[in-house]
Amino acid sequence: MTEIAKRKIINTFALSLACAAAALGLFWLIFILADVLRHGIAFITPELFLNEAAPPGMEGGGLKHAFIGQLLITFFAVLIGIPLGILGGTYLAEYGRHPWLGRFISTLSDIMISVPSIVIGTFVYAIFVKPIGHFSGYAGALALAIIMIPVVLRTTEEMIALVPWEIREAAFALGAPYYKVILQVVYRGAATGIFTGILLAIARIAGETAPLLFTSFNNMFLTTNMNEPMPSLTVTIYQYAMGPYDDWHEMAWAASFVITLFILGLTILGRIIIRWKYKH
Amino acid sequence: MASTIKREQTLDKLFSTITFSAAFLVLAIIVSIFASLFKESLTAIETFGFFGFISSTAWDPVREVFGAATTLYGTLVTTLLALALAIPVSLGIAVFLTELCPKFLKPIFGTAIELLAAIPSIIYGMWGLFTFAPLMGEYVEPLLQDIFGPIPIIGQLFSGVPLGIDILTTSIILSIMITPFIASIVRDTFNLTPVQLKESAYGIGATRWEVIKDVIIPHSKAGIFGSVIIAMGRALGETMAVAFVLGNKHAIATSLFDASATITVSLANEFTEADSDLYLSSLFYLALILLAMNFLLLAIAKTFLARKKKV
Repeated sequence: MTEIAKRKIINTFALSLACAAAALGLFWLIFILADVLRHGIAFITPELFLNEAAPPGMEGGGLKHAFIGQLLITFFAVLIGIPLGILGGTYLAEYGRHPWLGRFISTLSDIMISVPSIVIGTFVYAIFVKPIGHFSGYAGALALAIIMIPVVLRTTEEMIALVPWEIREAAFALGAPYYKVILQVVYRGAATGIFTGILLAIARIAGETAPLLFTSFNNMFLTTNMNEPMPSLTVTIYQYAMGPYDDWHEMAWAASFVITLFILGLTILGRIIIRWKYKH
Repeated sequence: MASTIKREQTLDKLFSTITFSAAFLVLAIIVSIFASLFKESLTAIETFGFFGFISSTAWDPVREVFGAATTLYGTLVTTLLALALAIPVSLGIAVFLTELCPKFLKPIFGTAIELLAAIPSIIYGMWGLFTFAPLMGEYVEPLLQDIFGPIPIIGQLFSGVPLGIDILTTSIILSIMITPFIASIVRDTFNLTPVQLKESAYGIGATRWEVIKDVIIPHSKAGIFGSVIIAMGRALGETMAVAFVLGNKHAIATSLFDASATITVSLANEFTEADSDLYLSSLFYLALILLAMNFLLLAIAKTFLARKKKV
């Protein structure tokens, strides 16, 4: 065999392996999504959304309590996390562009994004749950907010940095003070990007389970009191999946289906907005 | 007029102070996470010390003797196995995305791989427990046992009763979860390879694979290394997917088909059940060790990725 033929064969072989790797990645995605769809869709019934949990082993229960708990916890997490993230990102992109502290905090946020979420859970347990003596919806929201802050902060910083400096100068020339330039000019220019960042941050916390295990804990009953232990979809999935009853497993699949659909929907929406906005 | 200017200046100062406080909060949160975890682990630190804790394989809530060796071992073994499985696949995906994929398919395929990262870990857990683990236990693992079992030494890795709830299943699921992270960072660094370099290699007659192997990959070394470290941090801290399929057994496993425990799984399963101060404190100690490992890894990755950007 000539040297060239040998190299060509190696080339074809290696590139086929790369294609196989890509096919494998796609295979897992389709396998997992199809599996969640197949198991989940059969159990999406009106009762799932309208009924509360039935006593263990009895038919006819639903997950209304978990849906409402999930919404409340997420709502409060968004309420705390998003303003703080946006303001922090504003500082880093506007006032703190040059000082070393700004760059340091920016790097630190990147690292914080990767801190294991269960560690955040133990932290909130130590500073919030333990002092007040019981699990609560607020504690869960706080844990999720802490996870959100660095995500929103970094996207805000990047999106604001994309707003051309000349636009600010035009506003300065009209005599506008810096805070007005930021509030009325910069935020408007970066609005779509920041909004997308918020969508992706919500997608990120919607599937979080570990930080809720010892903060909001769980509850088999419907509650709207954020100061009580509060059920969430994800912790309920964990509890039901590990439980012994078939109808628990069915509801866990149905809840998984809803959550997956919600998160993938948000993620895809975010990508579409980014592509549409920053294509040019 | 003067008073308006004065008022605007005050508001300006106020706004910059507010935004500064919000940014500073990140630093404050990180410092308080370390501080509070350290404070909560103090009882365990005083009782077991550092080297005593990480080298002890004991985990006995009844006699109140705790050590981190079994969970650290489980964490490291599953993480390293997951990396070993994920790195070649991710590099293949990155090569496919940058060099082979037809242009119109690129955004679709790229998004598909990123969706793999968006699926929450609890879904990986559900799928792992109800679909993947039974498949592994029934078909894949007995097959592997038939092939490798008779070989001396290696056979030990495939001994035991294959149930599917074990280190191998966990590592495969972890590898699927971290693949998109490595692939997307590596793709971006591959794209940074100067076209002139690639073309000069093509010009002297290199095949496409030789260009990838001898030009693109060496040029992207820092990025590949950084992405692997980030993925490692991710795998170390992964909780829910692992909690479903690893079995939470505090023992040093010698077979891929053994159940094991990681730091995260111990925390998830035992934290709310810890009935003594020392037990809870030991769990906080585990969390602190995990946090420290994770932080260190990410800091290393950041320096590597930053160096790449500067060039």
